Amino acid sequence: MAADSTLALSLVEEFVSGLQDSKAKDAAKGVKDGKFTVLQLVEALGSSLTSSQPHTRARGVLLLSEVLQECYRDLTEREVEVLIAFYENRLKDHYVVTPPVLKGLKELTKCTNLPPGSAVSMLRSVFQDIHVQSLMLSERACVYSMLINIMETREAELKGLGADFVFGFVQSMDGERDPRNLLLAFQIAKNLIHRGYELGKFTEELFEVTSCYFPIDFSPPPNDPHGITREELVQALRAVLTGTPNFAEFLLPLLIEKLDSDVQSAKLDSLQTLAACVSQYEHKHVAEFLQGLWTAVRREVFQTSSERIESAGLAALTALTSCLSRSVLSSDSEDSLSTFLDFILTDCKHHLCEPDLKLVWPSAKLLQAACSASTSASHIITAAVMPSLLEQYNNRAQCSHRRTLLEVVQRFIHSVKNCQSSDNDESVFLAFRESLCGVVFSALSENNSSLQITATSVLTSLAQQAGLLLESDIELALDHLTRLLLIEEDDRVSLAVAECAGALAQLHPALVISKLIPRLKNEMYTEPMNQDQGEASELHSHHAVRQRCLSALAAVSIQPSVVQESTPVLLEVLRSAHTGDVSFSVDEVVLTCRSLQRIAEQVQDTEEAGRCFHNIIIPHLLSLALQAALQGEGSSGTPSPLVEEVVLSAMVPVISTSCSRLQPTLAGQTASRAVSLFLDGDVSFLPDNSFPSHMQLLKKQEGDSWSLSRLVCLLMGSVCSLPRSVEVPQIDKLLSALEEMSCTCSHPLSYTSAAKCFAGLVNKKPQGDSLDSLIQRTVKRVCSELDSPSSSVHTQAFTLMIWVSKALLLRYHPLFTTLTDKLFSLLDDAGLGPMAAADGFSLLMSDSTDVLNRACHADVRIMYRQRFFSENKAKLVQGFNAAPQEKKPNYLKALSNIVNKLPKQVQVTELPALLSLLLEALSGPDQDIHLTTLSCLEPVLVNPPQVLIQQLEALVNRLLALLCSPAMSVRIASLSCISALSYFPVHEVLPFRARVLRALAKPLDDKKRLVRREAVQARAQWFLLGSPGGR
Amino acid sequence: MSEGTRLENANPVIFQRSGDRVQTASEEDEDVHDPIDDREIFDLIRSINDPEHPLSLEELNVVEQVRVKVNDAESTVGIEFTPTIPHCSMATLIGLSIKVKLLRSLPDRFKIDVCITPGTHASEEAVNKQLADKERVAAALENASLLEVVNQCLSTRSI
Repeated sequence: MAADSTLALSLVEEFVSGLQDSKAKDAAKGVKDGKFTVLQLVEALGSSLTSSQPHTRARGVLLLSEVLQECYRDLTEREVEVLIAFYENRLKDHYVVTPPVLKGLKELTKCTNLPPGSAVSMLRSVFQDIHVQSLMLSERACVYSMLINIMETREAELKGLGADFVFGFVQSMDGERDPRNLLLAFQIAKNLIHRGYELGKFTEELFEVTSCYFPIDFSPPPNDPHGITREELVQALRAVLTGTPNFAEFLLPLLIEKLDSDVQSAKLDSLQTLAACVSQYEHKHVAEFLQGLWTAVRREVFQTSSERIESAGLAALTALTSCLSRSVLSSDSEDSLSTFLDFILTDCKHHLCEPDLKLVWPSAKLLQAACSASTSASHIITAAVMPSLLEQYNNRAQCSHRRTLLEVVQRFIHSVKNCQSSDNDESVFLAFRESLCGVVFSALSENNSSLQITATSVLTSLAQQAGLLLESDIELALDHLTRLLLIEEDDRVSLAVAECAGALAQLHPALVISKLIPRLKNEMYTEPMNQDQGEASELHSHHAVRQRCLSALAAVSIQPSVVQESTPVLLEVLRSAHTGDVSFSVDEVVLTCRSLQRIAEQVQDTEEAGRCFHNIIIPHLLSLALQAALQGEGSSGTPSPLVEEVVLSAMVPVISTSCSRLQPTLAGQTASRAVSLFLDGDVSFLPDNSFPSHMQLLKKQEGDSWSLSRLVCLLMGSVCSLPRSVEVPQIDKLLSALEEMSCTCSHPLSYTSAAKCFAGLVNKKPQGDSLDSLIQRTVKRVCSELDSPSSSVHTQAFTLMIWVSKALLLRYHPLFTTLTDKLFSLLDDAGLGPMAAADGFSLLMSDSTDVLNRACHADVRIMYRQRFFSENKAKLVQGFNAAPQEKKPNYLKALSNIVNKLPKQVQVTELPALLSLLLEALSGPDQDIHLTTLSCLEPVLVNPPQVLIQQLEALVNRLLALLCSPAMSVRIASLSCISALSYFPVHEVLPFRARVLRALAKPLDDKKRLVRREAVQARAQWFLLGSPGGR
Repeated sequence: MSEGTRLENANPVIFQRSGDRVQTASEEDEDVHDPIDDREIFDLIRSINDPEHPLSLEELNVVEQVRVKVNDAESTVGIEFTPTIPHCSMATLIGLSIKVKLLRSLPDRFKIDVCITPGTHASEEAVNKQLADKERVAAALENASLLEVVNQCLSTRSI
């Protein structure tokens, strides 16, 4: 024991007199290891603590406090008591001793076994002996942390102190200036309020001492290491100010005053604080300030120039109204809700009668904000507003006025929808049902497209009000919609009508099935009149009607029950088009496929919908395509539109969307049927089965005919979009058939689809030897074809190679690198045509729409583009430098194709290395390269990296030179880059101002209007640069 | 414009904005020469901000396409604008903004004439004279505070 006390003594000696800070750690370790106790350490400190030098005493206390920081957990209650008594006593010592004392006390407050009463006594001494605001920053933080610690553990004791505690806190934070400490102080204040401490007569003091910071005006210094934001302070202060209704009488006048400020952020903060505080208040708290609050909010919404302030004002109004609505339920005193709504109605209602003046919208928004607050508010407001709105509508003759009024009505219905709960309240608009329907139907019959569009959205909103419209109303509405679909030429109207019909179909599927679908079907089958005369306009309008019917059928098909009725109509169209019973143009057939695709995308994924697609639609599509292809072989009479490639390509997404989205089990079944059809000629699942047996769809066709071989794209649609959990049967046989086809077939769609299908399967094939050997075999074959100068299938081999590369790149397969090397070597190859390889990079980097994307469940790793780029940029730069002059454009093209597709962040970081190359690309003669390079540069210019600014001179020269390019697209792109340059740091670009303005005068007189438009914009930006009121 | 001050016309009539110009096939054809026409000039000035309201001159009907006359061959442009109220004190400023916008956006071969629609403003002649006087326009743009207001009218508004 003696040895231990000497150890303690020596540590004390070295720390206090030797000023070795590290000894505090050793002492703490000694205590922890049980070599000596804290109290023994105190004894060892004896001489230092009684020294006549305040600095020595401070040093002694510091050692003790630092030891406590390490081992406050191990102290016994008795030790704590002694230590607290000691520290409290030390508070009265010289001021240099205070900091370590506070530190020690802070550590002690963390102890879980504080003896009862000690917390209170500690606080009393701190409040008595210390003037917090004359302490240094970190000591003040110490005091706040003490308070926070004690409030966590000794809540009951502190509450026993009563309002004295609040008073002590108010005194200690009064005048605090540091944002870090303010965050702590606000937290304490928030705890005081939220945990129910008694504020007593110090309520106003607590409010004063915190509200003096409102609104927070703080901008952190640059490179602030503490990372405190204005927003944090705003939120912390708001939590204090809005915490208790007791502050209402002080806070609300303050908010009214601050709302009058010229500072936008102050307005915003005041409005947001208002919205937050009233959620705690009752009507009695706000009653006397209603007039003032309303005037302030109204002013902000009527005269604002900022959308954020406007929406904050509206949100505050909603909160205030819902606060008043809550108290209506509980009090039978003066009805403050209707008083308040009266203010609003008096000031706003008359503006609604002037639909062409500016204030109609702000007024409507204010009324709607109040309306959306509660059911009672919406009853009062709609009762006051709707009759006059509807009357106005009927009295006004101008369509623009009527439209504004109708839009206002629509917003009212919408705002009420937001507040209605699911309870069995009847709709607020029940009283107006008849007149609302009348107005809507009359607007739909009006001959003005914007009025019709507005009316459809009113109709949608009305339909969504539960229990408002009667069945007869819906029927009438559907009649109107059908009529518009059939006669209205305007695209925007038919889009709006289809959307509205879709909404109605969600709510009333049965009515849509019985009323709408049969009429659309009939309409599509009526032949155009005067067919003999064959008037072009007549045919055109008939085509347009069919087009609208087709998209309307797609729009209403969301519920499976509707889908079951609508898809047979679409299939019937395809069948009649094929047989020629009714003539449909190729365009119409493509649109039909698009509609089927859209339905597959939006229908709810139920068993019913899945069966509809996998068991009916897909077999029918395959059967029709096969019939058309076989008939094409025979080629007698008019060919069916289904032999067209556009139609075939439109069928693919129908199949792939259903296979990727609907019912995986059924999709697997579809895929295995498709595989057996293509590999074995198994036609048993196809309807209208009159096909020759043993067709060999994947084998080389007789006479190299492609009408059957290209059907492989349909196979691709089904097998490449399956979820990865579903297995494709006979995959090895399938893969080798596809490889053979893609390397031998001469028809572009056939060999490309086969290559894509191969790639799609490779991408999903599980990792392993079989995959590796498959890839190696394919690569070998492709390379030998490409290397043999006499081969006739260069393009085919190259296509297969690009697609397989893409499949491997996406999944980060290690064998990808062999393919990249081959690809780079092809940049020098003349055999493929000038830019084929360079364009291949564009395909590699972009998203493909039909295979190898996430929607098809392909294995796509994140950031594969970045990875490809960072692994290969060196090769590219090297290749460029080594290439002979006439090959250099190939490298530049490849580079700009790659960089163009990279995410912007990567472009910005990679740019330094590539800038000189890109600038070189801008000075070459090739317009395509100019265009891709400019489109790489433009996004980077928005947030220019330093290296770009250093090269500004060269960049400006190149861009200005391109203004004379013969291609207008290059001139336009270059102008928009020049426009972006004006946003660079002013001191960097200002020297160029005069030169750029002079150079931009010329394109102002360009012969192309689109160029002039861009030039005007760029020149306007440059004029504003460095000019007062500009930038 | 401070929020506290009363506006001269707090509740003006609002007009609908016309849509963007529909792009035609000939505009995309490299070889066709597109002449500068009325609509193109109107598109230049319709988005100028009003000095008082957060609205464009088009929405306040201060400028209309029918009051824009251009002759590309003879290189002349004539614009008439209509102040919202006959004693609008901002008329000169609006005219100046239109003039400056056109000076910046048109080739310098054009002669630009901006004046008030006849009979719509109390001091029509005085304003027209000011706007027609090259020296005075140049002098006005030397004035930093005036230039500041003009530039604000010509800036694209950010919300």
